[in-house]
Amino acid sequence: MSKKEIFKYAFVRSIPVMCSYIFLGIAYGILMEKAGYGWYYSLIIGLVVYTGAFQFVLISLMSSGASLLSIALTALFMNSRQVFYSLSFFKDFNLMGKAKPYMIHSLTDETYAVNHTIMLKDEDRRRVMFPLAVMCHFYWCLGGVLGGLIGLMIPFSTEGIDFCMTALFVIIFVGQWESAKSHFPAVVGLVVSGICLFVLGADRFMLPSLLIVSTILTISNRGKES
Amino acid sequence: MTYTFLAIAVSAVVTYALRGAMFVLIKGDRTLPGWLERLGGVLPSAIMAVLVVYCLKGVKTDFTGSGIQGLIAAFVTGLSYKWKHSTFLSMIIGTALYMILIRVF
Repeated sequence: MSKKEIFKYAFVRSIPVMCSYIFLGIAYGILMEKAGYGWYYSLIIGLVVYTGAFQFVLISLMSSGASLLSIALTALFMNSRQVFYSLSFFKDFNLMGKAKPYMIHSLTDETYAVNHTIMLKDEDRRRVMFPLAVMCHFYWCLGGVLGGLIGLMIPFSTEGIDFCMTALFVIIFVGQWESAKSHFPAVVGLVVSGICLFVLGADRFMLPSLLIVSTILTISNRGKES
Repeated sequence: MTYTFLAIAVSAVVTYALRGAMFVLIKGDRTLPGWLERLGGVLPSAIMAVLVVYCLKGVKTDFTGSGIQGLIAAFVTGLSYKWKHSTFLSMIIGTALYMILIRVF
C-alpha cells in the first residue's frame, strides 16, 4: 500500500474515535475551564497523560489540592487495566522501532479497540497503527482545547454523542463473536464483569474483572498450542 | 503552579509505566512466553465484553434512568451490525437512538 492509502485507511478507522474523543474532550475542556485550568492545561494533560476517565478525576484531585501520593495511587488504580492491553500488541509494538515508545503511550481503551478493526496483515497493519494512534491523540487534545476555548458557547446539546464509543465496542464485540472459533472468552468476559459490577460497583470493577478473566482464560488455555 | 505541574508529571509517569510494564517485564528476546501469548490471543474478545459492560455500567446504579437507554441502544447497535455488517451505519443508528432516548425519557 502507498503512503496515501495507509493514511486514508487509518483516517477511516479513526472516525469512531473522532466522534467520541472530540466530544468527550470538549466536555473535559469545559470542566477544566470551570475548575480554573485554561485550555493549555487541557492540552498539556491530554498530550502527556492521555487517559479518559482518570483525567476527569484528576481535575477534582488537583483543584482540591490532593497529595501527590494520592494522585499517583488513583492513577495506578484507575489505569492498571491497561497493563493487559499491551499483551495483544506485544509483537507489533516490538517490531515498530522508533514508534514503539509512542505506541505504548497512546494505548488507551479506544485505541486498543480501534486497532482491532484494522483488517490488514503484518507490515501494512503496523504502518496503519502509527498514524491511527497520532490521529486519535490529536482528536483528544483538540477536544480539550475546544472545550476550554469555546465549550460554553456551543448552542445545542451534544449530550449522549459519546455513545458512539460504546457503539464501537459493541460492534467489535459482535464482529469478534461471529469470527471466533470459541465463544468462551467473550462469555467469560461478560459474565465475570457483570458479576463484578454488581458486587463491587461501577468505580471498582474493571481491574478485578480483568484479573479474574485472565486467570480463567490462562487456566483454560493450559495444554493448548498457540 | 509547581504543584499543578508535579501533579501532571506524576499522573503521566504512572500511566506510562502501566502501559509499558509488559515490555519491561518481558525483555531480551522479542517473544512472549507461550501462556502469555495464548492469553493475548483470547483476551481481545473478553476485554471487549468487559469494555461494553464498563460503558453500560450506568444500568446498575439507575435501572429506570440513564442506564436502560444505553442498554437498548447497545442492543439495537449489535442487531443492526448483525443485519448489515456496516460499522458506520450501526454506529450512527446506535448513537442517534441513544441521543433520542435520553431526551425522550
